[in-house]
Parts: sequence; C-alpha cells; structure tokens
Amino acid sequence: MPKTISEKILADHADKPAVVPDELVEVKVDFALGNDITAPISIEAFRRAGARRVFDPERIGLVPDHFVPNKDIASAAHALMLRDFAREHKLPYYFEVGRMGIEHALLPEQGLVLPGDVVIGADSHTCTYGALGAFATGVGSTDLAAAMITGRVWFKVPHSMKFVFKGKRRPWVGGKDLILYTIGRIGVDGARYKAMEFTGEVIESLPVSDRLSMCNMAIEAGAKVGIIAPDAITEEYVKSRAKRPYKFYRSDPDAVYEASHEWDISELEPVVALPHSPENVKQVTEIPETPIDQVVIGSCTNGRLEDLRMAAQVLKGKKVAQGIRCIIIPATQAIYMEALKEGLIQTFIEAEAAVSTPTCGPCLGGHMGILAAGESAVATTNRNFVGRMGHVESKVYLSNPAVAAASAVLGRIGHPGEVVGS
Amino acid sequence: MKIVGKVWKFGNDVDTDAIIPARYLNTIDPVELAAHCMEDADPAFASSVRPGDIIAAGKNFGCGSSREHAPIAIKAAGVSCVIAHSFARIFYRNAFNMGLPILECPEAAEGIIAGDELEIDLDEGIIVNRTRNTTYRAQAIPPFMQKLIEAGGLIEYVRGQMPRE
Repeated sequence: MPKTISEKILADHADKPAVVPDELVEVKVDFALGNDITAPISIEAFRRAGARRVFDPERIGLVPDHFVPNKDIASAAHALMLRDFAREHKLPYYFEVGRMGIEHALLPEQGLVLPGDVVIGADSHTCTYGALGAFATGVGSTDLAAAMITGRVWFKVPHSMKFVFKGKRRPWVGGKDLILYTIGRIGVDGARYKAMEFTGEVIESLPVSDRLSMCNMAIEAGAKVGIIAPDAITEEYVKSRAKRPYKFYRSDPDAVYEASHEWDISELEPVVALPHSPENVKQVTEIPETPIDQVVIGSCTNGRLEDLRMAAQVLKGKKVAQGIRCIIIPATQAIYMEALKEGLIQTFIEAEAAVSTPTCGPCLGGHMGILAAGESAVATTNRNFVGRMGHVESKVYLSNPAVAAASAVLGRIGHPGEVVGS
Repeated sequence: MKIVGKVWKFGNDVDTDAIIPARYLNTIDPVELAAHCMEDADPAFASSVRPGDIIAAGKNFGCGSSREHAPIAIKAAGVSCVIAHSFARIFYRNAFNMGLPILECPEAAEGIIAGDELEIDLDEGIIVNRTRNTTYRAQAIPPFMQKLIEAGGLIEYVRGQMPRE
C-alpha cells in the first residue's frame, strides 16, 4: 500500500513493515532535546523514576536558550540544573552560553538532527526539523524524561495533509510568508494532530533556511509535524554537517492524504499576522497605517544567516526611525560570527539597531525586549498571543525579516519595497 | 471516579501563554504556577477558583507551547477536570502524563455556562449538568491512555518497564 513520508519513517522506527493513521506505535528516538524551561521538569521526573543513566548520551541535547544568559536568580538555578545533569551523565551535546544558539537553529546547523530521524523535543517548535525530512515533534517534559530513559516514545500515527505551492515567489516573499499564508487559510487548529506535508515547485526551489521557517510554524496550525521531502538542496545542507548516517524518505505518488490544498502564490505579497493570532493574516499592502514601538528580528523561526542578510539588505545605509527600538538576535554563535564577517552586524549597528547574543528572549516575553502596556512590535517570531512579548495590553505583529526591517525604518508596518525600491 | 464542581468557562484557542504566561516560567513549583493560572485570560481566576472546580472551553484548548507548566498550574489550582470541544495535541499528552483529567465533548463545551454545577463520571465519560438538568457523553479515553492513568502517569508507567538492577 502506498505510504506518506511520515508513515514510512514511523514504520521503520517501530520495526514494522507498515503503519496506518490512528495506529498507536512505540518508536525508537534518534534525538531528544530539552531547554532551560522544560528540561528542569524532565530532570526531576528522571530522578523520580529512579533512573540512573540516559539511554544514549550522544542522542540527547540540552540547550539553555530561553532565559539565558540567565535573566534572574530563579532562571540561573534552572540553567544550573541542566549544566549539572549534563556533567553527571557526560552529555556531549550540552551547549553553554558562548557556544550555544537557539535550539532549533543550532541542532540542524550542528548536524545533530537529520533526514529520516524521529526527533522529540520538550519544545513545541521541535517540528522545525521536518524541513530536513525528519519526523520531529514537540512533547512535554515528562515525555522527554521517559525518552531519555528508554530511548523510545509512543505516537498515534497522524493523518497527513498535503500542501502544494505552485507559481513563482514575488520579491521579498519567503518561507515565513508561505507558512503564515497557510495558517491564515486553514486556521490555528486547521491541522490539529496532522502531518503537514509541504510540496510543489515553490518548495522544490526553496532554500533550507526558508524550509526551516515553514516547518517551524506547523505547530501554529496545530500540527504534529511539518515535513518536506529531502532533495538535492537538503543533501547539500546536510552532507558536511551530519554527525550520523541519515536516510531520505519520500511519499509515494499515490499516498493517501486526508486533505490536499493547491495554491498558486505568484500574486502573494509579504504577509503579516495581526494580533492576537497567527491565523489573523493580511498581505502587508492591505494593512492600514499601523505605528509601532519595537522590531525584533531573530528567533527559531527567523534568526538564521539568510534572515539577517535579508534584514541587512533593507537596513543598509538607513536608520531605524526615531522612537523605535530595533533588536536583532542572531540565532547561533556561528551565525553571529558569519554575520560579523559579512559586515551585517556593522550594517545593523550603523542603522542604530541593537544586536544581542543568541537567546529566545523577547519572543516569549522572557527578557531582552519586553513590551509595555499599549506598545506594539513587529517581530519575526512565531506567536502573537495576548501578552506574548510582555504586557497583556501590548501587541505583536508577525512578519518576515525584510518586512520587520522595513517597518523599523518607516516607524510603521511597511513593505520592504518602500525602503529599498523594487 | 466521580467529580462535582462549578464551571469556569473560556472560549476557543485558549493558548498556553494564557494558561501560564512565560514570565512565570522561571519556577517549576506547582503552587507558584497555580497562583498565576489563567492570569491573562481572567485575572480573578487564580484567587477565586475553588478545589474541584471545572474548566470548560471551546476548540483547541492548550494550543501553543509544549510547557508542561500549563497542566501543572491548572491541576495545582485545584481544577478537577477540563472539558473542551477539542484539545491541542501536546497539551492533551501532557494532561495525561500529569494525571489531569480532560474530556473532549463538543456538545458539553457548547451547552455548559459559567457557574453551572457539573457531576462527572470519569470512568464512563458522563457529564451531568445539575444546574440545567442535561447529560452529555464525552469521547471515550483511548485504551492506551487508560493504561497510563492506571499506572499513575507516564513516569510510573516507565518505572514499571525499567529493568531491575
């Protein structure tokens, strides 16, 4: 029987010839991940279970990234729990401040999550790695604890939904726009429990960084995974990084999907998700004049080198508008270094933006750019829920890095073409 | 297991930032988390909720982050059960792993009003609205989840499977 990529990966990891949607399976985990917010609960659960050792130190990643560099004493205590646990269990993939990055930018960059893997992470944006053709999904801390002990996790095999993108991307339209457009079409529970499979000519030519942005936000449609069949572009990205062997899976041409959407995106302009839901999506050209107070460019969604290049293209030779704070956060140390070498950091600082060490920080209202009551931000992050970036009466508009950079220069939400010409 | 309690009603897409804002995630202490439960959705909730009370909500309850702090906060606030039209998938897993009873029942989520008194038979999935004299049947809990509940949660289930040293 024909199968989807998700079904094939799960079947192989369950040691079964095939699996079908709704079947409960226990599968082998290739990599398991926790951060400074979620892993402390996992570590407590690990001890409560009476476990003495992890199933495989090489297959566990601990990444302090949310509240680090430690924002307060309580956060410092949590970061210390991770550090101690990593030392006790000799975990090679614990990443200290100065060597770390935002988990979902760092692990693909380091070749720790790979095509054909089953990856779980105690962080909802673990679905990012579907961009490389992995079955990767977020779980809670207790699920992570169980996986750290047993190396296994149970899943209900998801039904798959197919999203076919046709046409040609307009200038300044990237993966972030494609995923926001998708969430706008199907809603924040439009793919609840499902595997979202992105395909079509637009995806086939999409760079890995844009694919990562897309799969990153599959959770914002309620999905279990967002996944893209690996190809030559994936191979080029993975081959020099991979720490382990990997395997490419593809859906059979006649695989069964619960739903299929086919969209021509040739006319699509960059989009913005208005407060307070990622499904509240409008093309930037349709938005009435909206003044802002802050811009954030970074996060696991859009803090990669390609995102910074796009922001720099807009900010080059310009200044951030008076009264606006523009905060730019390279997602990993390697990205930061490369941005430095390429002169992007100089462009940002000359534009009077603030550049930060890698952290999730403001995305979840943690630190490094919290909003006051009544303030608004344009952010390249992934959620604009009530109170997400600070006060319950603040607002977040989600966009791609070019729109965010243009908005910083204009002091209102705007199209990159307004700043650099088309 | 029988539950009796008064209903707190919320809408669709209640996200985990509404259940427990990230600014309080520098603690994993259930009591501290409970003190801020639902703060951005209803600031009066945490101080007014009584042990045994029930949350009823619309579709996609618990969407957003994977933070287990969300079901921990709800449980520690004294809430005995969450009834929703539907649940986001990570929240659904987390609730079972934490031993927080949850029921999917679109009709009940629709028909129940804030302040109603409910009697719930968790084993049978029967919800009786004592205030309005109506009865609903929730979706049965899948057998595997029942196994987790019987074991007392995922950690206890895993402990049962670990090789003896």
